[in-house]
Amino acid sequence: MITKRIIPCLDVKNGRVVKGTNFEGLNDVSCPIELAKYYSKNGADELVFYDITASFEERKLFTDILCKVAENVFIPLTVGGGINTVDDFDRVLKCGADKVSVNSGAIKNPMLIKEAAMKYGNQCVVISADIKRVDGQFMVFAKGGRENTGMEAISWIKKCVSLGAGEVVVNSIDTDGVKGGFDIELLKLVCEAVNVPVIASGGAGSIQHFVDLFKEIPDIDAGLAASIFHFGEVKISDLKKELKENNIRVRL
Amino acid sequence: MIAIVDYGVGNLFSLISSFKFIGADVLVTSDPNEIKKCDKIILPGVGAFEDARKKLSDTGLDKIIIEEAKRGKAIMGICLGMQMLFEKSYEYGEHMGLGLLKGSIIPMQDYIPSELKIPHIGYNPLIFKKQSPLFKYIKEGDCVYFVHSYFASDCEESVIATAEYGKELTAAVAYKNIFGCQFHPEKSGDVGLSILKAFCEMEDVK
Repeated sequence: MITKRIIPCLDVKNGRVVKGTNFEGLNDVSCPIELAKYYSKNGADELVFYDITASFEERKLFTDILCKVAENVFIPLTVGGGINTVDDFDRVLKCGADKVSVNSGAIKNPMLIKEAAMKYGNQCVVISADIKRVDGQFMVFAKGGRENTGMEAISWIKKCVSLGAGEVVVNSIDTDGVKGGFDIELLKLVCEAVNVPVIASGGAGSIQHFVDLFKEIPDIDAGLAASIFHFGEVKISDLKKELKENNIRVRL
Repeated sequence: MIAIVDYGVGNLFSLISSFKFIGADVLVTSDPNEIKKCDKIILPGVGAFEDARKKLSDTGLDKIIIEEAKRGKAIMGICLGMQMLFEKSYEYGEHMGLGLLKGSIIPMQDYIPSELKIPHIGYNPLIFKKQSPLFKYIKEGDCVYFVHSYFASDCEESVIATAEYGKELTAAVAYKNIFGCQFHPEKSGDVGLSILKAFCEMEDVK
């Protein structure tokens, strides 16, 4: 049976991984290529690269780095950030990305999901949604979580899946950065609503949080985190060992 | 030299990178003469069966692959490339494959429990069915990365490994000089690279 995936997320700006790291044995902790190799060697099942640059020149640098990563790391790579058109899909797929994650681009133009899915297949299109509780309702936020779109989250995700999104990344703004665990309530709702893989994001602070996630929501496919991996607070190899001991299937 | 058949389907970047990484000489080509000169052939493919199959016949490369296969050259299909080695596919209709392996490609939907998600995406451990030189460097239970909604059935003759997803699905096939992986060795970490390496090192299998 399929294994649960553990996915580190790397924010890249000006060719460097933004969040600081302190790995032993890594000379250059903010070099995306070194970090990608490190994660791949230590049990990451997949990597997400988030392009947080704005200018054209920086974007070129991002794709050059993506090519270098894809030449050296042989696990699935997902790219997000600044994906607004089918040409943007093309640009990153040519550099070795396997999946492309859309967020604001799909909010602006939901048909982007359909166009991309028709051209590259549903498995290639990942919808990433930033979600926050507002007056007891789950709402979708845009612009990196700053702007309430006024859309209810579950119906938005269902719409994206019906348009062709083959995977959903759920970022809970409420739990993000708090390190108190994943947003189980929200994630359960999403898992019940769609029949494509769901990736949990936001809130992981310890190994136990991943154990809780997979125990409480057997349907969830993957857990994603950034800083706890980058800062070395959680080692993926330790995390996977612990998951296995809790009878959660992992790739070792 | 190994020919990676380029017939305009899907992205070959990772596949080429993985062969380079293990130090194999590969040639990405759509030229029949070049393909004939190479010792081994890789048939890649992602997307829809009908479209890919049509591109193979439009370019005449299907005939070249069949000829080379009959001459005993080792050929490995990957993902949709593997599916095309079979006789038939029932993906949106009924389409003829290359007929190098017995069996047909059918939708998972009618076969696995309905609560399971389709496509079958993720790492799944291999269950060995037969010994194969492809498995020289790996062991049963090693995980490989799958992304697919259709799978090969009625292929007892060639199936060498399966993966469990509600039912056992065909994961790898081999019959004489014809090999195939439903999963993506180029996305399966060291296990996948080891399978490609084993294919590269294989002696001529007549």
